[in-house]
Amino acid sequence: MTRYSGWKLFKEGLRGHKGWAQAWRTPKLKPEYDAVIIGGGGHGLASAYYLAKNHKITNVAVIEKGWLGGGNTGRNTTVIRSNYFYPESADLYDMSVRLYEGLSKDLNYNIMFSQRGMIVTAHSEPEMEMAARQVNAMRLNGVDAEFLDAKQVKRAEPALNTRSDMRYPIHGGVLQKRAGTGRHDAVAWGFARAADQLGVDIIQNCEVTDVILEGGRCAGVVTSLGEVRASMVGAAAAGHSSTIAKMAGFELPIESYALQAFVSEPLKPVLKTVVLCPPFGTYVSQSDKGGLVIGGGLDRVPSYGQRGNLPMQEAVLSGLAEMMPSLAKVKLLRHWGGIVDVTPDSSPIIGPSGVDGLYVNCGWGTGGFKAIPVGGYLLAHVMATGTHHNVSRPFDLTRFISGRLVDESAASGIAH
Amino acid sequence: MTSHRVPGASGAPLKFTFDGKSYTGMEGDTLASALLANGVRVMGRSFKYHRPRGPWSAWVDDPNAIMTVRKGAVELPNCPATTTYLENGMKAQAVNAYPSAAFDIKGGLDLFHRWLGAGFYYKTFIWPNWHLFEPAIRKMAGLGHVTDKVLDGYSADQIHDSCEVLIIGGGPAGLAAARAAAEAGLNACLVEDHKSLGGGALLEQTIEGHAPTEWVAAHAQAITEAGGRIFTHATAYGIYDHQLVAIIEHGSFGTAPRLRRMRADRIVLATGALDRPITFTNNDRPGIMSVTGACTYLAQHKVLVGRQIALVSNNSYADAAEAMLSDAGAEITRIDPTVGPIKAIGLKTPVALTQHDRTHPVDTILASGGQTPLVHLWRHAGGKLTWCDARQAFLPDSNPMNMVAVGAANGTFEMEPALEEARTVGKGDPSERAETQYHLTPLWPSPGSEGRQWIDFQHDVTLKDIELAARENYVSVEHLKRYTTLGMASDQGKTSNMAGLAAMATIQNRSIPEVGTTTFRPPFVPVPIEIYHGHHKGKHWHPVKRLALESEHRAAGAALGEYGGWLRPAWYGTGGMAARVPDEVRMARASAGIFDASPLGKIEVTGPDAEAFVNFIYYNTITTLAPGRIRYGFMLSEGGVVYDDGVVARLGPERFLISCSSSHVDGVRTHLEAWRQDGNDPDRIFVHDTTQHWATITVTGPIARDIMAALDLQTDISKDALPHMSFIETIWQDTPVRIARVSFSGDLSFEVSIRRSRAQDLWQALMKAGTPLGAGSLGLEAMAVMRAEKGYIMIGKDTDGETMPHDLGCTAPRDKKSTAFVGDRSLHMAVANDPDRKQLVGLSVAAGDAMLAIGSHVVVGAIRQRSLGYVTSSYVSPTLERPIALALVEKGASRMGETVNVWHLGETREAVISSPVFFDPDGERLHA
Amino acid sequence: MQLFPCPFCGWRDEREFLFIAEAGKERPDTTQKISDEDWARYLHSIRNDKGAVREVWMHLTCGELFILERDSVTMEVIGSIALRKDAA
Repeated sequence: MTRYSGWKLFKEGLRGHKGWAQAWRTPKLKPEYDAVIIGGGGHGLASAYYLAKNHKITNVAVIEKGWLGGGNTGRNTTVIRSNYFYPESADLYDMSVRLYEGLSKDLNYNIMFSQRGMIVTAHSEPEMEMAARQVNAMRLNGVDAEFLDAKQVKRAEPALNTRSDMRYPIHGGVLQKRAGTGRHDAVAWGFARAADQLGVDIIQNCEVTDVILEGGRCAGVVTSLGEVRASMVGAAAAGHSSTIAKMAGFELPIESYALQAFVSEPLKPVLKTVVLCPPFGTYVSQSDKGGLVIGGGLDRVPSYGQRGNLPMQEAVLSGLAEMMPSLAKVKLLRHWGGIVDVTPDSSPIIGPSGVDGLYVNCGWGTGGFKAIPVGGYLLAHVMATGTHHNVSRPFDLTRFISGRLVDESAASGIAH
Repeated sequence: MTSHRVPGASGAPLKFTFDGKSYTGMEGDTLASALLANGVRVMGRSFKYHRPRGPWSAWVDDPNAIMTVRKGAVELPNCPATTTYLENGMKAQAVNAYPSAAFDIKGGLDLFHRWLGAGFYYKTFIWPNWHLFEPAIRKMAGLGHVTDKVLDGYSADQIHDSCEVLIIGGGPAGLAAARAAAEAGLNACLVEDHKSLGGGALLEQTIEGHAPTEWVAAHAQAITEAGGRIFTHATAYGIYDHQLVAIIEHGSFGTAPRLRRMRADRIVLATGALDRPITFTNNDRPGIMSVTGACTYLAQHKVLVGRQIALVSNNSYADAAEAMLSDAGAEITRIDPTVGPIKAIGLKTPVALTQHDRTHPVDTILASGGQTPLVHLWRHAGGKLTWCDARQAFLPDSNPMNMVAVGAANGTFEMEPALEEARTVGKGDPSERAETQYHLTPLWPSPGSEGRQWIDFQHDVTLKDIELAARENYVSVEHLKRYTTLGMASDQGKTSNMAGLAAMATIQNRSIPEVGTTTFRPPFVPVPIEIYHGHHKGKHWHPVKRLALESEHRAAGAALGEYGGWLRPAWYGTGGMAARVPDEVRMARASAGIFDASPLGKIEVTGPDAEAFVNFIYYNTITTLAPGRIRYGFMLSEGGVVYDDGVVARLGPERFLISCSSSHVDGVRTHLEAWRQDGNDPDRIFVHDTTQHWATITVTGPIARDIMAALDLQTDISKDALPHMSFIETIWQDTPVRIARVSFSGDLSFEVSIRRSRAQDLWQALMKAGTPLGAGSLGLEAMAVMRAEKGYIMIGKDTDGETMPHDLGCTAPRDKKSTAFVGDRSLHMAVANDPDRKQLVGLSVAAGDAMLAIGSHVVVGAIRQRSLGYVTSSYVSPTLERPIALALVEKGASRMGETVNVWHLGETREAVISSPVFFDPDGERLHA
Repeated sequence: MQLFPCPFCGWRDEREFLFIAEAGKERPDTTQKISDEDWARYLHSIRNDKGAVREVWMHLTCGELFILERDSVTMEVIGSIALRKDAA
C-alpha cells in the first residue's frame, strides 16, 4: 500500500496519480480463516482491523453481501458524540470519541473528524433540570460538558430560533465541545484499507446464507461463494442481525426499523455546530461540502425497506423549519433510509451470542456511526480473548435476563 | 453576440440584472433563456476548480447555471437559471463566484487541479489534524449563501388528493395518455413541470398533421372537457409506498410552493428522456450544450444559442435538430464523434472543434450522446430497469406498483409509436414496447484519453478521476460515486451518471448493466424544506391544550405556562414567581387554595370483568377496594418500571375511575385498550376516557370543608362521612358532581368534578366562599412545593426510567399480591433485587442556605467522584422555612441521617439524607 | 403515506395507527414460577422477520386493535384480521 501524505499527494499530482496503490485488494474467498466477520460496514471492518492490530489475528475475512460500507455506515448523519447519561454509556461512547480523535493518524486516512461541538437544547424548566442532571453526569463520568443558558446557546449557534414566542422557546442546553461529525465513507474506507494492509481479506458481493453448526458450536458460515470455516465468527450485521441469529438458532431482542436522513443543497457556511432540539425531534449539522445533514426519529413501522415515507419526512423537516426558520427556504436535495436495529434499552449488544464461537456486535439502533471504532475494538477483544473488555461487559446479551438494562432512550433525546 | 433572440418572439419586456449588469428579457423566459438572448453565456463557475460554466440544457438537467436571486425583499440561494422563470426586477448573482461568473478571482484554483482531483482530501490534512484546514475548506465549499432572513408569509400549503390515473409529464405521450384516460371516463390528472404543456412536441414540425401548438392546445382542451385535471408548473418529485406521489406546485418567485399528496390507483410515467453529454477533451466549456437544450431554447424562447454550430451526435435524433437550427439562421457543421476523438478549442467559449487533423471553426458545440429515459420516479416506486443495447440505455422493466411508462421514458423515441402506446395505456390496456427505428452507435468515455474530459460538470469530476477511482479499487458504482462525488451535485447525476458508470464498465471490462446504477432517491428536483412545514408551524405544532376555566385564570391575573401539554396557571398576580409562590403556599397551608386540576386523567373502566382488569393493570391490590373508596397506586410497564401513578376510585361493583397523570392520559388509554382487547374479553370490560368532559377543582387547606359548605350540598361531607381517600357522587345546583377526598398538597383536600360547561359557575362559587376566609386561587408552582413538602412524587421528575415501586417505599404488593399484574415477574429479576438500587429520599440543608440545584448529583469518593444519584425536586419550603429536596440515591432508605456530598457543575456542598416526608408525617392534616 | 386497513373503519392513513407488538406473544401465567430466561424471552424476544410479518396494531381513531399482515421489505399490505369475536 502507498502511504498517504501531503508530500506524496504533491508528487503524484505531478505524474498523473499513476502511483497510487489499491485502497484494498479484491481477494478470493478462502475456505478457512482464523476468524470471520459477517458484515462489511464500519463495525465489521473496524472489528477486523482491531483483531489484526491489537491481537495479531490477521487471517481474517470480512464478508459483505454488497459493497463495503454500503449499509448504515454509508447512510447516516455522521454525528460523533458521547453525551450519554449512564457511566457504562459514557465509558463506551467516550472511548469511541477518543479513538476517533486519533483515527486519521492510526489509519493514515483523513476521516475528517470535525469536533465542532454538539448542543442539545432545553425548552422548558423541566428540560433544564434534566439538562443539569445530564451535564453533571457527563462531567462526573469524565466527559466534557457545559450547561448553557439561552444567550449562550444563541451565541454558539446563531442560526437557531431563540425568539420567546416560538412554540417551545429555548431556555438553554447542553454543549459537548468534543462532539462533532466525521466523513462516514472515509471511516469505512479507512478501516478497510488499514485492515486489508494488515492481511485481512475483505470479500464483497458475498452473502452469508447460513451458519455452520457442529455439536451446537459455530464452525463457520455458508456463503453465496462457498463454505468458510472459522473457529470464531463475529456478526456485525446491524439491521440484519436477526437474520443471522435465526441461522444460528439464537434470539436477539431486536426490531428493525427504517431511519431516514436528509441533505440539503450545498450552502456557504451557515451552521457552526451539531444541534438537536428534542421537542421538534430534529437534529442538523452542516457537512464540509456545504449541505445541511438532517435527521430525526424512526419511521414508526417495522421495516427492512431502507426507505421511509412522508409522515416522518414532514415531521423531521418541519422540525428544522421551526428550529431555524431562515432555513425553510433552503432546498432539500436528497433523502434516503437505512435499517436500524433497535433494542429494548436503546443500547448495543456486544459479546457472546450464546452459541459457542459466535459473537455479536449489534443493536446500535440510530447511533451506530459514532461507535464504529469502539464497537470494532470491543468485538475484536471478546473474540480474541474470549472475555469481555470492562467497557463491553454491561452490554452483554444476558443483561436482558438479569434486567440490568442501560436505558439511554431518554438521554439521547431522539425517539427510539 | 453568439447566442441571440431571433425574430418572431413576443412577450412583455422584463428588466433584470445578472452579476450587477442590467438586461431585458421577456415574459415566458427563464433566467437562462433571457441571458442567452442577451448574448451572455458564462453564467456560473464549477464547484471545485471555478471553471466558467454556461447552461448545458434548458431545464432540470442543467448542473451549471446556479444563481442567488433577489427580488424585492426576497433572496433565494441556489436557483437554477434554467428553471427559474424571469420576473421583472429580479437581481441574479452567480453562486460561488466573486465578483462575477465572468471574472471569478478563484478561477486560478484550476491551475492546481493536478492536486485537487478525486479524493485528494482523504490523502492529506492528517497532520496536525483536520481542524487546521477545515475552516478554509468549508468556506470554499457550498454554493449559494443563505440569508438569516425569515421570509414573510412564506408558508406552504399542503393538500391530499387522489385520482384513478396520474399521468406524469405533459409532453405528447403524456397528453395523449391523459386524453385517452379522461375520455375513457377515468378520473385522470396530468402533471407537467413547465409552465406550459407540450414538452418535446414543440421541437417537431408537425404532429399528426397539426402544428404542435395546435395539437397541444386541442389535447389540453379535450382533457379538461372530459373531466380531467391538468397541473402545470408542478413537479411530481417522489413516489412513496402505496402509490403516493408527492407533487410540488411551484408558485411565483418567493412564494411558498404547495405540496399535493396524490394517491393514484394507476401511474403513467411520461417523463421523457434527456440528451446525454459526450465526453471529450474540454467538454465543459460554456457554449457546449445539449442538442435538445438548444432546440428548446429556439422553440420555446426564440433564442438561437450560437451562429456557427457544431452538431455532434451518435444518434438519429439530431437529424431533426439540424433542420430546425439552420432554418433559424445558424451555420451547422455535422460531426460524427464515433469516427475519432474530438476536442474543443477555446478558453471561455469554443472557437473551434478538432477531430483527426481537421479544425472546424465554431462558436457553439451541441452534443447528444444518446437519450437517457428519465426513470427516477420509476425507481422510487421500486420498479426494475433493464438494459437495452439498441438504445444504450436503461429502460423501465417491471414495477410492483400499478405503474407503466410511455413515450421516451419507455424508450419509445418516435412520435407515432409513442402516441399509440400512450393512448393504449391511458385507457388502461396493456402495451408492449414497440420495435424502434432509433439507432445510435455506442459512444462512451474512452479511458486513457488525452486532455481533461468532464463527467460531472458541477463537481468537476473528470474521466481521469474515474480512472483513479478504478486504480484504487473504488470500483462498485456506489464507491465510484462517493469517492469521486460524481452524481452528488445539485442535479444528482442527471447528466453524469451514465457516462461515469460507462467509463467504469470500460475500465473494468464489464458491461454497463453489470456495473449498474446508483440508487435513485427523491426528490427528483430540489424542493424547499418549507414544503414539508406547511401547517406544522408555530402554535399549530402540537397545539397546547386549553382549560375550560382559562378566562377565570386570566381574569385573576394568572401567569400561564405549559405543563404536560396544557396551558395552566403557574401562579397568580403580579410580583413574580419568587414572591407569589411562597405567598400562595402560606395561604393554602393557613387557610385554603382553590386549584384547577382539570387536566388530571379521568378514565372510567366498567363491566363485569372491570375489577379483575384494573387489578391486573395496577401494582396495588384493587380487588379489596370497596365502592366509594379511593386507592393510590402505580401502573408499571412489563419491565416493572413505574409508568404512572395516580388514584383509582371505585364507583360501584363494576365501575372504576382511574385518575392518571395529566401528561399520560393518551398513553394510559392506549395501554388499557391494548390489554382490554388483546388478552381479555372486550365484551366484559369497557374503557371510556372522560378526561375532557369533567372540569376538576381542588379545594385544599385546613378550612377547605368550610368552603365546601358554602356549596350547600345535600350530602354529608364531614370527616366521618367522607374520610380521606373516599368518593361520593352528588348534586350541586341540579348538576351532578363527583367529590373525591384525595390530596396532593398534604392538607385536607376535596377534588370536585363537574361537567365543563358548569366549571365557571363552580369556580366562582368556591372563590366567593373562600375569599372572605383568606383563601384564593392556587397555581401549579405552589402545589408543586406543597406536594414536595409531603414527599409526594411527580412521575418522570422524581422517578426515572429505572424506578420500581419498591424504590419508592411501596413494597407490599411485590411481596404479597397473589394475582397477576403488569410487571409482576420483573419485580423479581436480578436487577430488581440489586442492593444498591436508587431509592427516593429527602435531602436537607441548613435553613438560610441556598437550596440544592435540581440535577445535582449525590456523590461519593475523593479524587474521582462516583454518582450515587441525583436531586429531582428542590424548593425553599415556606411552610418549614428552609430548603427541602427530593432525590433518588443508591441505598437511600438505609442512609437516613447520613451527611452526603452533593455535586453541581464542579462545586460540592453537604446535605443530610432524611425521610422525604417533611410535613405532617403523621397525617393529621391529611385526615382532617 | 402508507395506508393500513382497520377492520372497523377501512383503509386509513398510516398516521392514524400505532404499532403495538408482533402478533402471537402469549403472556405467561405469572402466578406460576417462571425462569428468568423465559420471562426475558417474553419481554424482549422479537422475531423481526424480513418479509411476511404478522403484527398487532391499534387504529388510534377508533381504538380498535387488530392483526395486520404485511411485508416488511416491500411494504405490501396483505390484510388485516379483527381480534373481535364477532368479526367474520
